[in-house]
Amino acid sequence: MKVTIDAELCQGQGRCFAIAPDLFGFDDMGNGIVIGDGSLDESSLKLAQLAQANCPEHAIFIEE
Amino acid sequence: MTDQPLVKDFATDFDHLDPQWVNDPYPIWEDLRGRCPVAHTERFGGAWFPATHEGVSAVAKDTEHFTSRQVIISYTRPTDEDLPAPIGLAPPITSDPPFHVDARRLILPAFAPGPINALEPAIRELCNRLLDNLGDHEIVNAGDEYAQFIPPAVIAKMLGFPPEDEDFFREIIHNIISGADNQDDAERERRQAETEEYFNKQIQDHIDNPRDDLTTYLLNVELGGQKLQHDHVRGTMILILVAGIDTTWSAIGASIWHLAQNPDDLARLVNEPELMPVAIEEFLRFYAPVTMGRMVKEDFDFNGCPMKKDDWVLLGFPAANRDPAAFKDADKFIIDREENRHVAFGLGIHRCAGSNLARLELRIAIEEFIKRYPKFELANPEGVTWAAGQVRGPRNLPVKVLK
Repeated sequence: MKVTIDAELCQGQGRCFAIAPDLFGFDDMGNGIVIGDGSLDESSLKLAQLAQANCPEHAIFIEE
Repeated sequence: MTDQPLVKDFATDFDHLDPQWVNDPYPIWEDLRGRCPVAHTERFGGAWFPATHEGVSAVAKDTEHFTSRQVIISYTRPTDEDLPAPIGLAPPITSDPPFHVDARRLILPAFAPGPINALEPAIRELCNRLLDNLGDHEIVNAGDEYAQFIPPAVIAKMLGFPPEDEDFFREIIHNIISGADNQDDAERERRQAETEEYFNKQIQDHIDNPRDDLTTYLLNVELGGQKLQHDHVRGTMILILVAGIDTTWSAIGASIWHLAQNPDDLARLVNEPELMPVAIEEFLRFYAPVTMGRMVKEDFDFNGCPMKKDDWVLLGFPAANRDPAAFKDADKFIIDREENRHVAFGLGIHRCAGSNLARLELRIAIEEFIKRYPKFELANPEGVTWAAGQVRGPRNLPVKVLK
């Protein structure tokens, strides 16, 4: 499983890196970025889903 | 306030300056969502108000049909001459694509989490200084003497303005936002000239004495290989003041107002400080202070509404945040709400550029206030007044400190 951020949709709302700072960081514009390759295990999946559920722009995607 | 007749039907004659809307807009929005999700009014020369999350989102993301060249709705409609698209008076909030992208890219690095988080110790110190000034009195004014002092001081510091000008800042903000609808043209022009003169003086001082602050950054930053024109620098500085002060103090004030009336929530925050990040998001959802404005670019049909060129659209992010179609138990304040896609900072390309700063100020302001006063209630619930206009928050907020 893998988490990605759609850079076209992301507007830098800042929710993902506040909720899951081990999974998400930010660039110098404050837009969200995925740390590493975005691979998820069971515990990080929950955090990724929580970040997804808090992204107002619906910019976070989780692939099986 | 407004000297217009009182509103009888908000679906066909809405007015966000009407006392009923100013005092308690939430039942109005709930009613509109149920029967007329896009309200209309002939006031202000014609305006629309989508009351649902879906409608607000659609307008916010549609820069093809809606322009941002004036975002504060009034009876004075801008002409192409005084607010030329795509730049507008205060880029990038008043800018449209494609200019908007570059104007925004200029300021975002200054408001990204890195530089903003570095302000935390200074903001904490400021809050504590203000709390020291409030002292041991039984009644303290959490609005006039606390919430309203924090954002001006923080932004003045970022811009590198003399600290003694804080009071003047608050006057400017008051004039631009609260007074916009009542002033005659001469008064408006006089105040605008006064504001511009002050900013020109600060710009000149920064040219003569460059230093490590936001004003010097704006004077040196390049757009397409060229430094910014001073009009652009000044417009951006004014934007930062207008957008960052009244809005943030409203959020701080509304949060304190809530805690003063909900002792269970207050006790939880005092006892479980780790809840603060989610609580802050719920404060932002439930009491989102900012309603934006757009203008219709050309005649077009929006969800069956015949919108005309230059009609206003009132973009109610606070209304979207209370839409039960978008939030479970939307009308309940849930301090540990885990899933919260609120849109207090807007949606799409105009997402509030200062959101990281606003969150930081709000969190520290509340943390320090409840640390100092772990128990308090409203001193005079009837005496709390709410600002009219597009930024909603309590102005007069006396709270009684409990032992």
